[in-house]
Amino acid sequence: MEFGPHLMLAVLEGAVTAAVLALMASGLSLVFGVMRVVNVAHGQFFMLGAVLAWAVSSALGGGAVGFVAALLLAPVIAGALAVAADLTVLKRVGYDPERTIVATIGLLYILQQAALMTYGPEARPVAPPFNDRLALPWIEFGPEGPGLIWPWGLSITSYKLFVMGAAAAVLAGLWALMTRTGIGLVMRATQLDRETAQAFGIPVERVYAGVFGLGAALAALAGVLIVPIQQAHYLMGGDALLLSFIVVIIGGLGSLGGTVIAALLIGLSDGIVSVFFSPTLAKILATLLVALVLVFRPEGLMGKAAR
Amino acid sequence: MRGGRLIGLHLGLVAVLFALNFVLPAYSHGTVARVMVLATYAMGYNILFGYTGLLSLGHAMFFAAGMYGLAMPMTHLGLGAGPALLTGIGSAAVLSLGVGLLALRTRGVAFMIVTLMFSQAAWLTILLAGRWTRGDEGVVIPQADRMLLGLDLSDPSTRYLAALALFSAVLFGTLWLVRQPIGRVLVAIRENEDRAELLGYDTFRHKLGAVVLSGTVSGAAGAAYGLFFGYAGASFAETHYSIFPLLWVLLGGAGTVIGPFLGTLFMFYLIDLTSGLTPAYMLVAGVALVLLTLFAPQGLAGEIRRRWWRGLP
Repeated sequence: MEFGPHLMLAVLEGAVTAAVLALMASGLSLVFGVMRVVNVAHGQFFMLGAVLAWAVSSALGGGAVGFVAALLLAPVIAGALAVAADLTVLKRVGYDPERTIVATIGLLYILQQAALMTYGPEARPVAPPFNDRLALPWIEFGPEGPGLIWPWGLSITSYKLFVMGAAAAVLAGLWALMTRTGIGLVMRATQLDRETAQAFGIPVERVYAGVFGLGAALAALAGVLIVPIQQAHYLMGGDALLLSFIVVIIGGLGSLGGTVIAALLIGLSDGIVSVFFSPTLAKILATLLVALVLVFRPEGLMGKAAR
Repeated sequence: MRGGRLIGLHLGLVAVLFALNFVLPAYSHGTVARVMVLATYAMGYNILFGYTGLLSLGHAMFFAAGMYGLAMPMTHLGLGAGPALLTGIGSAAVLSLGVGLLALRTRGVAFMIVTLMFSQAAWLTILLAGRWTRGDEGVVIPQADRMLLGLDLSDPSTRYLAALALFSAVLFGTLWLVRQPIGRVLVAIRENEDRAELLGYDTFRHKLGAVVLSGTVSGAAGAAYGLFFGYAGASFAETHYSIFPLLWVLLGGAGTVIGPFLGTLFMFYLIDLTSGLTPAYMLVAGVALVLLTLFAPQGLAGEIRRRWWRGLP
């Protein structure tokens, strides 16, 4: 394949990564924005989504029915678990930022090792509900002027298009929830000033539990969507957490719009860089970039200054 | 006389560990030697976390800097064990100075994430340089090279005593440090950084000193671990190894001199027992972290201090 079509393929692969990443990172960003705590166990909810997708769809005999059931059930189960963790652990340490980090590190190992004990160390695939290969054209400037050619290998599957569409739809829904509904208003009020919100009768503790659950559900949804492309494995949460951190920090902690833009940036550049360079080198550069952004521009490349 | 009681307590611990060299069965003998080196790592971590109040999630990079700073010159340049020990400790000191200068521009949660990211980058660099480090497989330091000052460190008893020497040096070094004025300033920064600054202390320089000292002690432990047990592998640079010292120090008691040893000893045996039962042995670490955060943020030695011995440093 020539350079142009190869680059386009890399961009398409990057766009799928970006879609999943945007979902996951928006959950992390939401939790940080409203609750001012960092959930280190966020990647494990992503893993949980993928593992539950395998469990649900294999219990229902695979196929489209199983996948749709997983798409609905996995985020609900992961969200419920997160709410339970919030009420039993985070609430009791008073959402102190440092103690919450230590507690969620504990939660990370509990979820990861529980998956190892029940699901096992194997990577298991889930069949996508539909997976048609769509060939894509490329414009070539020949001697008779521009014309369309169909390079061999330049294609995308219908499932990958579905992942992009689903992520866009969920993110639009999340944005509408935050800006257009009473629930969103309550969340934003809690984010702005916890004490004042409580004084106005907002049940801050229930808002916190709900936000923590919603964040985990978004990660689990991303996990279900990725599993037909990537296979479920009990260690898949680590890399996912790192990428989400990168996205949330570059996009500005707690800003949803910045998170989505950063997910596109990171997803696309990850796709492009990994195709042309060593993926390890790409990861080193990305982690160093994030550390330096936090050191020199803590509000993120696109975020507003901290309130 | 309180000083006398304190020195008595810590000398007593060293004496008991020395006596154990002659009575422990072979398996426990090796385990306690490991625990002493890892407790040294935990004491290094404790200088920053327990006394200065800075929570780092990236100390594995300092441990690994010591380990690889020792193993790489030994394997590729044929350096002797003594000079290699110094290059190991030196690498950790240089790395901690660089990381400290950058990471200390942030505070709180950002500091944790910056150290985590730097440590992740260090681990990936070890994997990227697989031609020399051999990645996850690691490098073995041959038995013939593990001679320090004429002592054969592959001999279990010599190794045990060398580990005890390192452990005692750092134990009494920490005890001395925290009773010095400079140690009091570190505690003041932990308790209230703004107030310490207002009193005229240069908090940035004290914090930088704490990062470098903590990183260098951690690196010394890493270098010693590589030399004593003859192996350097990328797994020691993974996030696990940044979480372990946090767990050991929390369990034993953050901000106490003896706590890191107690925490390392208990947790090492607990994980050792569990790994015989299930491959999911890290579950114990997770449960312990959650329970400690919820019910005993002071740890074992912290509880002793709260209930019986107010002056325990």
